[in-house]
Amino acid sequence: MSDIAARVNKIVIEHLGVDADKVIESANFIDDLGADSLDTVELVMAFEEEFSVEIPDDAAETIRTVGDAVAFISKKSA
Amino acid sequence: MRRVVITGMGMVGPLGMGVEHSWKRLIAGESGAARVSRIDVSDIASQIACEIPRGDGSNGTFNPDQWMDPKDQRKVDEFIVYGLAAAGEALRDANWAPESHEDQTRTGVLVGSGIGGIGGIYDASVTLLEKGPRRISPFFIPGRIINLASGYISIAHGLKGPNHSVATACSTGAHAIGDAGRLIMLGDADVMVAGGAESPINRLSLAGFCACRALSTGFNETPEKASRPYDRDRDGFVMGEGAGIVVLEALEHALARGAKIYGELVGYGLSGDAYHITSPAEDGDGAFRCMTAALKRAGVSAEDVDYVNAHGTSTPLGDEIELRAVERLLGSRRNSVAMSATKSATGHLLGAAGAIEAIFSVLAIRDGIVPPTLNLDHPSVETSIDLVPHTAKKRKVDIALSNSFGFGGTNASLVFRRYEA
Repeated sequence: MSDIAARVNKIVIEHLGVDADKVIESANFIDDLGADSLDTVELVMAFEEEFSVEIPDDAAETIRTVGDAVAFISKKSA
Repeated sequence: MRRVVITGMGMVGPLGMGVEHSWKRLIAGESGAARVSRIDVSDIASQIACEIPRGDGSNGTFNPDQWMDPKDQRKVDEFIVYGLAAAGEALRDANWAPESHEDQTRTGVLVGSGIGGIGGIYDASVTLLEKGPRRISPFFIPGRIINLASGYISIAHGLKGPNHSVATACSTGAHAIGDAGRLIMLGDADVMVAGGAESPINRLSLAGFCACRALSTGFNETPEKASRPYDRDRDGFVMGEGAGIVVLEALEHALARGAKIYGELVGYGLSGDAYHITSPAEDGDGAFRCMTAALKRAGVSAEDVDYVNAHGTSTPLGDEIELRAVERLLGSRRNSVAMSATKSATGHLLGAAGAIEAIFSVLAIRDGIVPPTLNLDHPSVETSIDLVPHTAKKRKVDIALSNSFGFGGTNASLVFRRYEA
């Protein structure tokens, strides 16, 4: 697992209070991890803070899974 | 109108988690006051408070994790967690867990707060200043606004009846219980979860109340002596935190399900001083009219009152004004009435105060014992009313009157009566 993926997973586990084994690449924040719309806003904020990147609202709407988040952040930080 | 009874009670406060634990300590004459432990108060004039004793949940300590998932706790201000704890205890006590659509829609919530999430508003203001608007949490607003105690309680217990709230400063808890009782009397609900919750032990609240010259500042080294209603050396109130919540129920509904009945809510009176934003009207007329209205609604006369749970906050002005108003109300009956200020033990829980004091009033009826006014060493005025100094007293209480007065000149009185078919 990449460093980015590990840090994303940690944030997801902390913010959503879910078990680590559920936080897989294809896990959808809302459908699989029990997040609501406010949780997803907060998750994106936490990613921005952790990785010092800006995630505009229209981009945030495309980040629906753990894998989406890792891919977006990897591209931004590259 | 329908009769309304109390069938469940819950409390978390400076004397601990739980109604019975808090009541036992209150009757034993114990104080919840100490130096503020969890925030820096070194530059604040009042450095004492009545904080909730926290722990693992045993021995009357408060363990928030028992009442709200830790991941949800960080989204809300503490008053909401306190509200959930007190509501959880009250509903369990009432043995009321509505599951059918009918039961859920006939059960409502009316929990208020004097200020709501002021601690979180402060924190978010700092974030806004230092990091900008994009760092404000989506949970900032729903975790601070006053009616979200009612909201969270309704969601946790599936209560789909009236969902309402009150914000009338230090009268909030009494107004919430009184208004909730009326919703039942008028048929809008059969059961109401009602009371107040407050989390004011933070730097901004303490600084603000200090600026109003409302808090005690002369007892920082002897915190247990600071809250001393009616005593000549009193110099302001001591901040407290917590929540008090009762389950109110239509009498016929309670009887039909065989619920335990603590007592009956028979009277509720409201008035305004129209005088000053923080000082009570000197003639005490607002308090007098409020108590008179509550007794009239109860259909009882002043001669019937056995116990008064005073607003009595330990401020220099307020205590004597209330005392004179009660004397005026009671007339010649004043020689045989007990009146105590339980804020001497709990401090002032602001929007939760009227609710925990309503519970203490009901317990005075149940147990035939009136709680004490601590630290009343030298009364500042002569009165023939028994202010129950220092130690609790056994006495039969059939009718109890509980007063709450708030900033803005808002007054509420509740009257409770021993339940008789």
